[in-house]
Amino acid sequence: METSFAITGKGYVIVAADTTAARSIVKMKTDEDKIKALGPHLLMAYSGEPGDTVQFAEYVERNIRLYQIRHHYSLRPSAAASWVRRSLAESLRSRHPYSVNLLLGGYDEASDEPKLYWIDYLGTMTEVPFGAHGYGSYFALSLLDRCVKKYLVISGALICHSRYHNPDATLEEGIETLKRCIDEVAKRLIVSPSKYKVKIVDKDGVREIEL
Amino acid sequence: MSIMENNGGSVIAMVGKECVAIACDLRLGNQALGVSSDFQKIFPVTDRIFLGLPGLGTDVTTLKELFRFRVNMYTIKEEREIEPETFAHLVSSTLYEHRFGPYFIEPVMAGLSKTPSGGFKPFIAATDLIGCLNFAKDFVVAGTASSKLFGVAEGLWEPDLEPEDLFETISQTIMNAVDRDAYSGWGCIVHVITKDQIVTRTLKARMD
Repeated sequence: METSFAITGKGYVIVAADTTAARSIVKMKTDEDKIKALGPHLLMAYSGEPGDTVQFAEYVERNIRLYQIRHHYSLRPSAAASWVRRSLAESLRSRHPYSVNLLLGGYDEASDEPKLYWIDYLGTMTEVPFGAHGYGSYFALSLLDRCVKKYLVISGALICHSRYHNPDATLEEGIETLKRCIDEVAKRLIVSPSKYKVKIVDKDGVREIEL
Repeated sequence: MSIMENNGGSVIAMVGKECVAIACDLRLGNQALGVSSDFQKIFPVTDRIFLGLPGLGTDVTTLKELFRFRVNMYTIKEEREIEPETFAHLVSSTLYEHRFGPYFIEPVMAGLSKTPSGGFKPFIAATDLIGCLNFAKDFVVAGTASSKLFGVAEGLWEPDLEPEDLFETISQTIMNAVDRDAYSGWGCIVHVITKDQIVTRTLKARMD
């Protein structure tokens, strides 16, 4: 089943989404990109009803771009997230609501902070240190929860248990944590996705990495 | 599962002696899965009014934004701040506008209203999701832990509590109530409003 995660660290957000396009029990495609770059410092992972997802993501992408063209600067992550949330909330009470779940990760250049927003198809939005959607979320969230700040005493010295989520983790540590999430989902979920696309946003902008 | 219980969360407000207190939990869930432990449901309206919005997560944010807009319009037109009684009716009529397709929120408000003699009178109120007002003299509750909040508050609350005692009473009430509710909890926040200050405290609560 569709799964997406995102985690924040020191000055970056990593966003990962599986690449399968499924229809019923059949995998139609295994290289679908479900993460869009909405701007120079903004990423959006989308999942949900096929058709709605791409349609809504493109609608958001073009509107965020329109704002950039009109005002000569791009929306900050919090503002973009509020706009996307409102679009979903208004859609919810319309005749044909979009059924799309989102993870919006961005780097706020004004405050030099990474930001991550968890948004569901109802328009529920919250800022989180790490978030996930789909069946994978049950495994990934509990894994990441194990250590927001947990210290182990090994031979008398305090050592940060950085295998799990740590908001001050370096990029390398963040990628390791993400790999643990993916491995956990692969191990425990029956219908686990085989391939993921991983993108990073930090002060230098948006880029894709291979795991 | 009911739409009112989709995201979980609870709010309570209590009257004290020339003060009021309002408290909420910080959980945002998706059914039984916890998503965030930093989702505030209480928002300042004026310097002397707070509004709690427990219920469906999307409507918490939508209504927060809608009331901010409507209160700002009121302030500009009237050239004065809104009084708690007036605000309660604004909340009520806003919800009743959506009588046949409501926002899934049961608002709770707390504030101090001005008296003709220049003093302040504590005010609390709550409404149901279509805006039926309930002005209480003691306390009001709402959210997934409302039945538990009623029980604890009934046992702990007494009239004319001083601000510090009111803080203790509301804190013990919300913490013990949300610990018995799977859909509420994950931290609490309390605001105590007195005539010359607002004290906001985050409680160290059970995080399981």
